[in-house]
Amino acid sequence: MSEALFEQVREHLAGVAQDAAVMHGVLALRIEPAHLLEVVRALKDQFGFDMFLDVTAVDWPEREPRFDVVWHFYSTRHFVRVRVKTRVPLADPTVETLVPFYGSARYMERECHEMYGIVFRGNADLRPILLYEGFEGHPLRKDYPKQKEQPLVPYRDVKP
Amino acid sequence: MTTQPSRPAPAGAFEYLTTKKDEFVGWARKFSLFPYPFVTACCAMEFMSVSSTLYDTDRFGAALPRFTPRQSDLLMVVGTVTHKQAPILKKVYEQMCEPKWVIAFGVCATSGGFYQNYAALPGIDKIIPVDLYIPGCPPRPEMVIDGIMKLQDKIAAERHPIINEKF
Repeated sequence: MSEALFEQVREHLAGVAQDAAVMHGVLALRIEPAHLLEVVRALKDQFGFDMFLDVTAVDWPEREPRFDVVWHFYSTRHFVRVRVKTRVPLADPTVETLVPFYGSARYMERECHEMYGIVFRGNADLRPILLYEGFEGHPLRKDYPKQKEQPLVPYRDVKP
Repeated sequence: MTTQPSRPAPAGAFEYLTTKKDEFVGWARKFSLFPYPFVTACCAMEFMSVSSTLYDTDRFGAALPRFTPRQSDLLMVVGTVTHKQAPILKKVYEQMCEPKWVIAFGVCATSGGFYQNYAALPGIDKIIPVDLYIPGCPPRPEMVIDGIMKLQDKIAAERHPIINEKF
């Protein structure tokens, strides 16, 4: 059942998705950032991936382009998942927003933005959601110092 | 049927006691702790366990939680406090009336525990004074009871300056 669907997706997206493979029951597609909207529109409208699960990023400090942006979608009709990956460089970590397709992308893109500094073009509200106003830097990037704190309340003078 | 002959009460017994003011006030205060549970994380389960029937902190006069800081005198910080929550904790502490005591319940409130990163406050004593630390992840109820008893000892032993200097 899911193999047949995956095969259809692979054929349909053969031009834009490189090395599509099934891993652990999830179809993984790697695409160029420019093809994102086209791929997501096909997945949603033609193949029934109607649920937006998550968007996150992976930081590869040694690599260029440095970041992977990873989306997961779920089909409530076929009960299968698909993973879409793309690469963006540190100089311009920008991808298109998916809010016009999936309203729930709004919050997850905010989280990905504050944690990794990925910019979602078209998402008007990229305020911090888990962090606070005034936090500098992106704490899940590998070059953020592990124990660097940015306290909101000044610390007391504690006698040793 | 015979009855025990009633003994005349010894004259003067328990008609008055002598004590020191601080000891008297400390004795009264140590059995009337009104905790404010500032509960943020998984230690809450252990807090529920210790305050319910089996372990029963009511035995120490510390059972009735007040959910407003203005009516409480014991702040129990139960669980991890993040930097984002720290201003709230500080405000709650400042809203409490004197006399007030603070217990850091669990290792996260004590020192941040295994959270050493951008998000977690490394111990609530960085922002408010703490009277008693209860380590453990989470602490056993016995440790909490031991902690409450130690706090009672501390309250009983400390100075209690109240209303005017003559008393």
